[in-house]
Amino acid sequence: MQLTGAQALIKSLEMQKVEVIFGLPGGAILPVYDPIIDSSIRHILVRHEQGAGHMAEGYAHVTGRPGVAMVTSGPGATNIVTPLADAMMDSIPIVVITGQVATTSIGTDAFQEVPITGVTMDITKHNWLITDVNDIPRVVAEAFHVATTGRPGPVLIDFPKDIANQMMDWYWPSSLDELDLPGYHPRTTGDAAEVRRAAELILAAERPVLYAGGGILKAHGADALFELATRTGIPVVTTLMGRGTFPDSHPLCLGMPGMHGNYTAVTAMQRADLLVALGSRFDDRVTGKVAAFAPDAKIVHIDIDPAELGKVRRPDVGIVGDARIVIEQMLEALGALGLGAPGTDPGPGTAAAAQPDLGPWITQIRAWQEEFPLTYNQVEGGALKPQYVLEQLRDMSPDDTIVASGVGQHQMWASQYWRFDHPYTWVNSGGAGTMGFAVPAAIGAKVGRPDKTVWAVDGDGCFQMTAQELVTASAERIPVKIAILNNAYLGMVRQWQELFYAERYSEVYLSPDLPDYVKWAEAMGCVGLKVESAEEVAPAIEKANGIDDRPVVIDFRTDAFEKVYPMVPAGASNDDIIVGPSEGEGGR
Amino acid sequence: MAPVGAGSGAGRHHIVSVLVENKAGVLARVASLFSRRGYNIYSLAVAPTDDEKLSRITIVVDVESSPLEQILRQLDKLINVVDIFELAPEDATEREMLLATVSATPADRGQVISLVGVFEGKIVDVGRERITVMLAGSPSKIDDFENLIRPYGIVELQRTGRVALPKLERRAARLRSIAGGSDTGTPVQ
Repeated sequence: MQLTGAQALIKSLEMQKVEVIFGLPGGAILPVYDPIIDSSIRHILVRHEQGAGHMAEGYAHVTGRPGVAMVTSGPGATNIVTPLADAMMDSIPIVVITGQVATTSIGTDAFQEVPITGVTMDITKHNWLITDVNDIPRVVAEAFHVATTGRPGPVLIDFPKDIANQMMDWYWPSSLDELDLPGYHPRTTGDAAEVRRAAELILAAERPVLYAGGGILKAHGADALFELATRTGIPVVTTLMGRGTFPDSHPLCLGMPGMHGNYTAVTAMQRADLLVALGSRFDDRVTGKVAAFAPDAKIVHIDIDPAELGKVRRPDVGIVGDARIVIEQMLEALGALGLGAPGTDPGPGTAAAAQPDLGPWITQIRAWQEEFPLTYNQVEGGALKPQYVLEQLRDMSPDDTIVASGVGQHQMWASQYWRFDHPYTWVNSGGAGTMGFAVPAAIGAKVGRPDKTVWAVDGDGCFQMTAQELVTASAERIPVKIAILNNAYLGMVRQWQELFYAERYSEVYLSPDLPDYVKWAEAMGCVGLKVESAEEVAPAIEKANGIDDRPVVIDFRTDAFEKVYPMVPAGASNDDIIVGPSEGEGGR
Repeated sequence: MAPVGAGSGAGRHHIVSVLVENKAGVLARVASLFSRRGYNIYSLAVAPTDDEKLSRITIVVDVESSPLEQILRQLDKLINVVDIFELAPEDATEREMLLATVSATPADRGQVISLVGVFEGKIVDVGRERITVMLAGSPSKIDDFENLIRPYGIVELQRTGRVALPKLERRAARLRSIAGGSDTGTPVQ
C-alpha cells in the first residue's frame, strides 16, 4: 500500500491507538492536517500551542497513556517548548509532532524555520528529525516506546513538509526488534540481593517512613504501595507529584512533605531512622537544606532512573527498577523474612519476629498531628479564606474528582486541603512550576476521563496566562470547572516579599476585577459566577457541579493576605519549619 | 592551549569512552548534556569505529567538577549512547597527536630537529624561519615535548585530544553494570 508521508504519520498514530490529538495547524504541518479529516482520531483545535502541550500532559496524567500534540514549525514549535520542559521535569509521557520546513530549505533561515530538535534537545527524553519518508512508521513506534517506557517523558518528532508529500510503501514494525534503539534498555526488575537488603533494613527500623513519589503512579504501583504500607505498618508521606498514591484518609498517610508540607510529614522524615524512597527524587523542595535533611536516616532508594540514585543523597541501598515491580519483589522478600499479611504471626527466629515495635513511633506521629494540624481561621463575615473554599469544594464534589492546579499559593493549598483518596486524581506542574498549567491540563484530563468531575483550582495570575483555552473547551464541549482563588496578587511572590523583602511589594498586584472574570468566562462560552463571602461558597459550588454541558468559572474573591503555612524558608533546614504566622505578623 | 603538564593530572581526569550511534546530532547531545549539567570536558575526540553504525567519543572529564558516576549515569540516559567504558588512566592505553609550527631560525634549527628526533616526531613542513612538526604518543610525552619546544617559540599548536582503549591485560569493567544498579556503594558526594 502506497501512502504519502502525511498519511503514514496519521496511520502510525492510529496504530499506536491514539484517540485524540491536541493541536493547531500552520504552513509546514498543512499536509498532515489533510488526512486528519479521514482519520478516526479526534482532533481538538486549541487557541495557543502551549495549551495543546499542557492538554496532552493532563490527558497523560489521568489516563497513563501518552498525550499527543501537533503544531506547526517555527513559533508553533517554540510555543510548545514550555510544556515539553514541564513534562520532562515531571516525567509525563507526551508525543509532540512539529511541522518543519522542507529538508531542502533546512538551514537557510526559511520562513517559520526554527531548529526545534536543537532547541528541545535538553528538555525532551529524545527527539527525531525525519529525513526519509520510509522512516516514519519506525520513528513513530520508537517515539511512543521511548516516551512510555523506563522513566517516562516527552518526545518530539520534527516532520519536514516535503517528507509529508513523498510516497512510501506502508509497513508497521511488528516487534521491538525492528526499532533502531541499540542504546535503550530500561531496567525494570530490581536486583534481588539489594531488594533483600532493603527488606532487612525495613524490618530493623524503629522510625521508618515510606517516601512515595510520582514514580509509583507511572509504574501503576499504588496497590503495591498500599500492601507494603499496611503489611509493615510504616507511615507514608506522599510528595506533590505522588499525591493520591496512598489514600489521604488512611491512618498511615501523613500527607505532603516539603517546603509547604504539613508539620508531621516534614518532621517524621527529619526524625526517621529509615527513609524508603519510592519513585521520588529528593527534590530540593522536599529536602530543604540537603546537609540537614533526615540526618539519622538510612536511605533505601528505588527508582527506574539510575541517575537519580545518589544524585542528591547517597543511598544505603539503591535499587534500579520499576516502582511497582520492586515493591512486589520487596513484599516477597519481606515474606521470606517472616513478615506475612497483617495479623499473621511471623515464624520464630525470623527477622520479622525481631522487628522493633513501631508503636512508640506511631504514638509520636499522632502527637505531632494533634499539636500541629493545618489551620486557618474563617471569621464569620470576614474575608473569604482560600482554604475554606477548598474544603467546601472537596466536601461537595465526588470522592474521585480530578483536581488540576496551576502554580503558587493556590496549588499548595489545594495539595494540603484536598483529600486524595485515589491515584490519578491530581494533575499538577511540580518540577517546572509552570504558571498557567491548570486550565489546559484540566481540559486534557477531562478529555481523557470524561466520566469524572474535573475541577481546576487556579490563581488569578495563572488563569490570565492560559484562560483562552476555555474557548477550546466550550467549542469542543469539554465541561471542566475552574475555581479561581482570586486574591488580586501574584500571591506566592507577594508572600515572599512580605516575609523576606520587608513587605516591599514589587510588581505583584493584579487587581481583583480587572479583568472582569465573570464577563470573560461568559465571553468564552462558559458559565461565570462570582463569590465574595463564605455564605455564597456552597451555593455556587452546588450550581457549578450541576452544570455538565459547558465549562464553569467561579471567581472566588479571597483574602489577599492569607499565606501558605507551614513553610520552610528556601535554603533552610526542615528543622526550621515555620508552622504559622507569628504574633502580629504583617498583613499588608 | 592545554595547561602545562595538565595531561598528566591523572587524579582529576578520567577517560570516558562512549560508543554512540553514528547519527546526526549525537555529538551535540553529548556536548549539551555536559554543558547543561555543569560537567567540565578537558578534551574530546570523535571518530567512526570499525562498525559504520557506531562512533566512539573519547572524553577526558574533570571529575572534580562532578562525581564521575553521576556523569556516566546521565550519559547513559541519552538514547543514542550505546555503551560506556570508563578508563582509569592506569588501565588505559592512551595516545594523542600534536602538530606544532615552531620558530626555527638557522641558529636554532639543528636543536629543534634533534629534539624532534629524540621524541620520535616527524618534521612535516619546512619554511624559511619555521618548521611544522608532528608527534604522536602518550599525553605525558606530548606534554614534555611541548614544554621543551616552547622556548624556541611556538607559532601555532594543535593537539587532537586523547583517544584511548582499555589495556589488554586488565580490561576495565563495563559501566553497564553500574548503570544497571547492582553497584550502589560507590561514594558520589
